[in-house]
Amino acid sequence: MKYVRSFGLFWWNFVVGDDWRVAAGLAVALGLTSLLTHEGVNAWWLLPVAIALLLAASLWRETHPTTRG
Amino acid sequence: MSTSTVLLVLGAFLASAVEMVEALTIVLGVGIVRGWRSTLIGVAAATIVLAALVAALGPALRVVPIGTLRLVVGALLLAFGLQWLRKAILRSSGYKPHHDEDAAFRREREEAARAGREQRAGLDWYSFTVAFKGVLLEGLEVVFIVISFGSAQGRIGLASAGAAAAFLLVVGAGVLARGPLERVPENTIKYVVGLLLTSFGCFWGAEGAGVHWPGDELSLLGVVAFIGAVSILLVRALRRQRLALVPAEAKG
Repeated sequence: MKYVRSFGLFWWNFVVGDDWRVAAGLAVALGLTSLLTHEGVNAWWLLPVAIALLLAASLWRETHPTTRG
Repeated sequence: MSTSTVLLVLGAFLASAVEMVEALTIVLGVGIVRGWRSTLIGVAAATIVLAALVAALGPALRVVPIGTLRLVVGALLLAFGLQWLRKAILRSSGYKPHHDEDAAFRREREEAARAGREQRAGLDWYSFTVAFKGVLLEGLEVVFIVISFGSAQGRIGLASAGAAAAFLLVVGAGVLARGPLERVPENTIKYVVGLLLTSFGCFWGAEGAGVHWPGDELSLLGVVAFIGAVSILLVRALRRQRLALVPAEAKG
């Protein structure tokens, strides 16, 4: 069990890293992009904007420790 | 060669080079202090595991439809690339110390000198396990980048060539220098790699989600420029913020 936990933790740290909110935000942004394109909107702009916002928010949390939770 | 192919080879080369510089520091630190036999066996064992991973995953990914593959690979590259970019921005703005290969080498040597002499299977177990883990963990990132870059564009061979060129360069330089490659501008390279991983992730992730990029492959340059500009603005804002906080902290 210990090895399974370590293995899972390794891959979590490898892919998700320090801020899980970034990964969750990316999943939402990709889902929204997929939804919009299937509705006929070519939402190429959505992901770059989401990346900029998620990155800025993550850095804000990192440099303002009291807002981290 | 198209724009995306050039960026793909460059990304695979640079990402592999920084990971290999870190692996080289670990291997040199252990090998110089405790001897080379067990250390090199550890390196060889890790290399075999990594090669087996590439051999198993490369062909397996060919059966996945390209749209699905680009969506999954794009999402993974985005999550992975943003970690690199985030750390690079924190380093450039002074919130995180720069990675110092020389300090890492000294630390590795001190730990290797302090560790006990346990023999297993005729090997110095410390040298074997540290070299094995070091090469495997740094190598996993290389494998991940080569496979994701290569598979999403159907060019695993080219991405592997970029990684192989990095391997030859780093090992060659390491043999000549007989020490850590502290002069390699590692922090700058990590910044560029973070930018490229995030941009490729954005490009392929969106394509996988059904987007048609205006200008097709050329828009990849636009994505790199946009994310690059955002990251530079964030570095500047964080630097200003940090400098503004210094007097406040001194007062308090």
